[in-house]
Amino acid sequence: MAGWSSMARPRDDLGLGRALGERMLPLVVAAMAFLAALALAGSVGAAALSKRWQEGAASVLTVQVPKATAPAVDTPAVPRLERVLAILRGTPGIASARPLEEAELTELLRPWLGSGAGRLALPLPAVIEVHLSGAGPDLAGLGTRLEAAAPGSTPESHGVWVRRLSALARSLEACAWVALGLVAAIAAAVIAAATLAGLAVRRDAIEIVHGLGATDGTIAARFAARATRQTAAGAGLGALAALPVLLFLADLAAPFAPAGQALPPGMDPGLAWLAALPIALWLGLPALPAAAALIGYATTQMTVRRWLRQLP
Amino acid sequence: MIRLEGVGLHYVQGTSPGPEVLRDLTTVIPEGGFRWLLGPSGAGKSSLLRLLHLAVLPTRGRLSLLDVGVGDATRHDLALLRRRIGMVFQDFRLLPHLAAFDNVALPLRLAGRPEGQIRADVTEMLRWVGLGGKLEARPAQLSGGEQQRVAIARAVVGRPHVLLADEPTGNLDEVQAERLMMLLKEMNRLGTTVIIATHNDALVARHPGQSLRLEHGRLVEHG
Repeated sequence: MAGWSSMARPRDDLGLGRALGERMLPLVVAAMAFLAALALAGSVGAAALSKRWQEGAASVLTVQVPKATAPAVDTPAVPRLERVLAILRGTPGIASARPLEEAELTELLRPWLGSGAGRLALPLPAVIEVHLSGAGPDLAGLGTRLEAAAPGSTPESHGVWVRRLSALARSLEACAWVALGLVAAIAAAVIAAATLAGLAVRRDAIEIVHGLGATDGTIAARFAARATRQTAAGAGLGALAALPVLLFLADLAAPFAPAGQALPPGMDPGLAWLAALPIALWLGLPALPAAAALIGYATTQMTVRRWLRQLP
Repeated sequence: MIRLEGVGLHYVQGTSPGPEVLRDLTTVIPEGGFRWLLGPSGAGKSSLLRLLHLAVLPTRGRLSLLDVGVGDATRHDLALLRRRIGMVFQDFRLLPHLAAFDNVALPLRLAGRPEGQIRADVTEMLRWVGLGGKLEARPAQLSGGEQQRVAIARAVVGRPHVLLADEPTGNLDEVQAERLMMLLKEMNRLGTTVIIATHNDALVARHPGQSLRLEHGRLVEHG
């Protein structure tokens, strides 16, 4: 038989299990956790997108070289394409420079010129794909040197677009975090309201127990233990319910995502669906019940202790 | 020792203070003392018991209970002090959703006593008040007299230093009332300070003792 304090399964001296209204709490918390899971997924997704855009697009530069086979202006012994490649490869902040193949160029132009672009007798410029490293090169200086070697060669940065897309992704991420914060705040308000309702219903019982020498800590611990269990269970339920939705969304988003994460070697291919969600989400989802339990515990403790101040 | 110095009490009604229900009480009740608390209805007997049980705190004057100055004590100190004071309420104040056993066990559990000792003490106590066969009965399944005996068992099971009782014989027959008086006097003999509020003049006549008499919130007789 368990006693009043320090028991694994505390007895229900205050009759906390008897109020019908409070049985709604786990369901409300479950709904909040469902929303929190969606917001969490939004924030993780936006962060991944922003990171990929910055790492991917921001680190690529294209350089067009008109009249690629003509002799370079500053070094007539080599063709302009070779000269431009040499300049690029000798510039700090550039990881690699590679001229696109004819076929790649054709593929690039296909949306505009159709599949026969290669057969057109158009003097196509050569295109060099440049991968940057670190902060990248000084574009103005690079442009001047390229112009001197092969007039008309211009490095074309995707920076403006990347910056805009990243700003968008970062805003989405911030919105998701604000949504998470709001969900947490609303959950705390709902828990506080449920606790106050529970206190009001049990005012007589609390006064009796208080009169018998129960400390504020003992009474608050009773309410907090129950709220912690209820919110943890509710949030667990909500996170579980969100899982299929997240997997479905991940499936929809798959074409836009980088080729799925590699499975660790030796992993059962039947568990491949685990790779559908980012690791951050697999860590974040189980954290939801823990966060809900923490909010439930802290809110209830504060609410009960403040309420008890009306008793001497 | 219980010491009151110029103690006054008024209940707060909303934000404004209500009329003073206790005025300028000054008295000393020594450790192990016995007092009848007498006076007409509305004289403030229940309020004084509430004050001595720390269910309300004095709004004026100084109150010291078991050598603890109530005005200077922290909330935690007051809670610990309440554990040393047993109280029998006129309306019993049992927890309706708990069995008689668990109601009586409450003060011991709050004090963190081991469960084995609780089982023994509570069973013994309930047997003594004649409810050995009703350990698992809820208050609603008990008669008024039986509920009163559960309330008495709860008040004394923790061997309090001070025992306060508000009309403790109100729902008891003559025999039960005499048994209760024997218990209270025995506890008093063992060192518990006992204060009993009552209208039962016959009871007071059968068990003469010192008394505190209240009229209109003032002490008109003490010691």
